[in-house]
Amino acid sequence: MLQEVLQYFFSGVTNGAIYAVIALGFTMLFGTTGLINFAQGEFVMLGALGLITLWKGLDLPLWLAFVLSTAGVAATGLLLERLAIRTVRKPHPIVLVIITIGASILLKGIAMLAWGKDARSAPPFSRHPPLEVAGATLLSQSIWIIVIVVLVVLALQAFYRKSLTGKAMQACAINQKAALLIGIPSERMTLLAFALSAGMGGIGGILVAPVTMSSYDMGMLLGLKGFCAAMLGGLGSSWGAVLGGMLLGILEALGVGLFSSSLKDAIAFFLLLGILYLRPSGILGEKAVHRF
Amino acid sequence: MRQFTFAAAILALGLTVSQSYHLQLLTFIGIHTLLALGLNMLMGYAGQISLGHAAFYGLGAYGTGILTVHWGFSPWAGLPLTLALTFVVAFLVALPMLKLSGYYLGMGTLGFGMIAFVVFREWSSLTGGDSGLVGIPALDVGGVSLSSGKAGYFLVWACVLLAFFACERVVDSRVGRALRAIHDSERAAAAMGIDTSRLKVWVFVFSALLASLAGFLYAHLVTFISPNSFDFLVSVRIVTMVVIGGMASIWGSLLGAAVLTILPEWLHVFTDYEMVVYGLILMTIMIFLPQGLTRGILDIHERSKRKDTAASSAPRS
Repeated sequence: MLQEVLQYFFSGVTNGAIYAVIALGFTMLFGTTGLINFAQGEFVMLGALGLITLWKGLDLPLWLAFVLSTAGVAATGLLLERLAIRTVRKPHPIVLVIITIGASILLKGIAMLAWGKDARSAPPFSRHPPLEVAGATLLSQSIWIIVIVVLVVLALQAFYRKSLTGKAMQACAINQKAALLIGIPSERMTLLAFALSAGMGGIGGILVAPVTMSSYDMGMLLGLKGFCAAMLGGLGSSWGAVLGGMLLGILEALGVGLFSSSLKDAIAFFLLLGILYLRPSGILGEKAVHRF
Repeated sequence: MRQFTFAAAILALGLTVSQSYHLQLLTFIGIHTLLALGLNMLMGYAGQISLGHAAFYGLGAYGTGILTVHWGFSPWAGLPLTLALTFVVAFLVALPMLKLSGYYLGMGTLGFGMIAFVVFREWSSLTGGDSGLVGIPALDVGGVSLSSGKAGYFLVWACVLLAFFACERVVDSRVGRALRAIHDSERAAAAMGIDTSRLKVWVFVFSALLASLAGFLYAHLVTFISPNSFDFLVSVRIVTMVVIGGMASIWGSLLGAAVLTILPEWLHVFTDYEMVVYGLILMTIMIFLPQGLTRGILDIHERSKRKDTAASSAPRS
């Protein structure tokens, strides 16, 4: 029994780390621009399919495929901001939501044309044997995922704390008008936030590619779950995104393992409703904790 | 007066159109208009977003489907039961949900919609699961089927006409003014003595009932339902109908529903490029006409008129 629970825990942490990266993308964009991007899930899909093509299709080394794929997705995010978001004259939240939904349909359509309708899979990043921990197995891919997510979180924290750009971005998040008044180019910050959050989604996709089948329509559910994770931890809080992602991953794995797999996709949304009823600001919402 | 013109237009269209494909298309426009109309009352007038309206649409369809297929109810007995069920569910959802606002309300309704979708898909002993619920009986009155061709068209549009009438009455009434006050500022409305939370709950329930009625009609017209007709994208499509048609415009709902029903049919010519074109059109309309088509077309019309009268240096807005 304990062994089983530990096994579910491992798979939960693996999925949770992926949800956490996607949630980080949501949270970063929301913090800086106050916008929720419904195309975030499509960035995840582009990251996954991009990696598979670059790594397996073109035989590039893994690290190069990783970098190129992330950069490509970030560039897509940049284009989205430039072409679609900035051109709106009177940005009303509902209008922006529908524009990002339109963008998500567009990206999905492009991906279907580029990659076709068949699902693809990628091999694990390395061929190390799985670890045995107290009778439960931990796959090498899980270790890769967790290590990369930890690195991303540390890099992001360093960016926010040490670099001037990161500090400026945080200033935008705290008060956009005040940031503009002290000379921070908030338009450029918005652009950067879009690129970074798209890149984060791309990394989520790259990590998920070896664990699951990837196809043009995988994005929506992953995006929505990443979103639930962000809400769970507290929208706008980076630590909250990590915490929410992990919590969602673990609870989902335990729920599937101990109760029923048919409810798998509903667990995230039950958690979402629960947190909205009990504490809409999330576990680490605005009042309790600041961004990194 | 407008009501009579509208009724006459429906009648004339129903009598002249004979091709079954066109009739079917018009019937679906009617069902979508019911959905958009209900959501418009909530979104356009009261200013509360819902990203989970497909759940009530599905509740109407599955409610009557399960009652008629599994338990042998007649559809006409199923209708009040289904509506009552929707009423209870919508009321229970709305009570805690409408304490939220803005994005948070959007997300809460999204979560509810996703849960409803998973229930439709996974409770297969009742709903038939992924493969859907088959063999829902057609509606009939004294042996005359109301579900095919012209009869279906007239049935659906009669419901639309009634709904239009009801919504116009509500909008022009004291309640309608209170709703618009909530839209502009909830605090100011409350300060004027409007019981905002109660009113929000009622308009939510009202819009859920319209969606449920649409689901009831859909189930009996198509006689087959599957979970994919009630997923997140359908909720999004209903929101899009409202926004594209124009928020807080009853006639805008009709326009939005018509555009979003005809557009995918017309896009079939693009085969594989369908999704790309659909996404592009959606984005383009929202970028250039963020107020929706109704307002946008009026604006363009007014601007061109202004240009005719005063071709001087009019400032660009």
